[in-house]
Amino acid sequence: MHPAKSVIFFTTASGAGYGMMIWLAVLAALGEIYPDTALGIVTLGLAFALIVGGLLSSTLHLGRPERAWRALSQWRSSWLSREGLAAIIAFVPLGIFAFAWVVMGTNSGLAALGGVAGAAMSLLTLYCTAMIYASLRPIPAWHNGWTVAGYMVLGPMSGAVLLTVIFHLFGQSKPAALTALLSLALLATGLLVKLAYWNLVRNEMPVSTAGSATGLGHLGRVEMTGSPHDSDNYLLREMGFRIARKHAEKLRTIAVALGFVLPFLCLLATIYLTGGLVPLLLSALATLSCATGLTAERWLFFAEAKHAVTLYYGEQAV
Amino acid sequence: MTSLPEKTDKKLGLVVDLDICVGCHACAVNCKEWNAGAKSAPLTDYDPYGKKPDGVWFNRVHTYETTDDAGHGQTVHFPRSCLHCEDAPCVTVCPTGASYKREEDGIVLVNEDICIGCKLCSWACPYGAREYDENEGVMKKCTLCIDKIYNENLPEESRVPACVSTCPAGARSFGDLGDPESEVSKLVAARGGYDLMPEQGTKPVNKYLPPRPRQDGRAGDKAPRMLEHADDSTESAGLIARWVDKILS
Ligand code: SF4
Ligand code: SF4
Ligand code: SF4
Repeated sequence: MHPAKSVIFFTTASGAGYGMMIWLAVLAALGEIYPDTALGIVTLGLAFALIVGGLLSSTLHLGRPERAWRALSQWRSSWLSREGLAAIIAFVPLGIFAFAWVVMGTNSGLAALGGVAGAAMSLLTLYCTAMIYASLRPIPAWHNGWTVAGYMVLGPMSGAVLLTVIFHLFGQSKPAALTALLSLALLATGLLVKLAYWNLVRNEMPVSTAGSATGLGHLGRVEMTGSPHDSDNYLLREMGFRIARKHAEKLRTIAVALGFVLPFLCLLATIYLTGGLVPLLLSALATLSCATGLTAERWLFFAEAKHAVTLYYGEQAV
Repeated sequence: MTSLPEKTDKKLGLVVDLDICVGCHACAVNCKEWNAGAKSAPLTDYDPYGKKPDGVWFNRVHTYETTDDAGHGQTVHFPRSCLHCEDAPCVTVCPTGASYKREEDGIVLVNEDICIGCKLCSWACPYGAREYDENEGVMKKCTLCIDKIYNENLPEESRVPACVSTCPAGARSFGDLGDPESEVSKLVAARGGYDLMPEQGTKPVNKYLPPRPRQDGRAGDKAPRMLEHADDSTESAGLIARWVDKILS
């Protein structure tokens, strides 16, 4: 599948934004963050910016963005529609939570309740995003449970990493230590989920073949000798993307090293090296590294996914 | 409404005979011709006279070569278009209701007035039957020529999809595949018509008829006699033939 920049940006950015919201709400409900106004503005502001930026980027890349509101109507059958609705509904409790924190100076009680409801809606939104991909049967690399697990873990994971650096920036070492621990657990889980995902994608039996796509399998090996068109068409541009194995392996190494391993080591070190600017610098490095690694991960998620239509254009099995 | 109808009154669709198709692309061209002026008009072309012509087509004709273990090959021409699936995944994923399946005849259509161009339906279709129009920002697909098959201004025999009326080889048939008594259903039953990628769970309405087995003697059939190469030696030839051979060589 063609790795479109807008979709890669949308899913990583809004995933991190929802992840931040989820942990802000949970920590607030547990009474672990003092409702400092500046801290609220920066954390909630960044989370909202990531979520809205992601949603806007995907909306602007529609063929007809001015009709985007119509996408909310088919929630009975469409995961894309459900995602849109969940995202919009989530803004209500999250808005209450943010308003209470920044304007009224409280993040406990009713405000925390709003936060927790918002966190639940955020998780639901992430789930809907994942299901858009996981429900597509013609793309076996997406049509599986690990796809869902990936989206559900990587969002909260990147959110926790981001929060850690902001807490350090504000000198809030107590919540920073909590989010660092959370990050460590989620980075380890995230890596395991992705390894399981890659393992599945590499070893799964093909679902469809050139033989089943044409129904000519009983005649032997099926090869295309004449294409309907000489230059590329929409199908090949959108769904015929191919990545060399060599490049994929390189990107996978980057995804593992920068997305998971380096942030893990950095954040682990912040627990022991607590002096001066060290935790801030280490968590900043963890964040940058994680963002780069997750972009590579998401790029691969698209680039490596083969679509059944390619079977008509020379692919042997998907 | 993108939930699928429980059942449709008819299942209009095509039957493509791969034994007959000669890969002339006439069906694809006439499809383009009709639809460039019909419901989905314009059927946009980009760079039509340039180096890399490209555009929206509803029907694409591929050519495949099959090779069995013994090395025997066969060439099969293969037109590919929307199969108007009963369990059409392209319909259920659509967030706007622009994609729908008609209850009366089972035809799968796009309402271009409300499509937002998210392209998700084209990802959901295993067969590559939907093509996005970059200029219009909406999705387009085969309509089974709804503005032709129900057009009372046309003579009765012309009320079939453009690809069917144009096929010079008679490889395409159109009818109600939901009615076991229809001509197309009988054809499918008689010839072992099959679904493309049944494992994708889409329940295609269109059927393909397999190429008939080759008459090459392998299956004990009566293969046509092969002409032997003429013998180069003149020993066995008659006197006159030997003279002629001498004069000519
Ligand atoms: S062939 Fe593709 S576009 Fe046509 S109905 Fe089936 S899934 Fe939908
Ligand atoms: S591109 Fe149009 S028809 Fe296709 S899923 Fe999106 S809104 Fe529906
Ligand atoms: S017009 Fe008929 S013979 Fe020619 S490619 Fe189409 S189906 Fe085959």
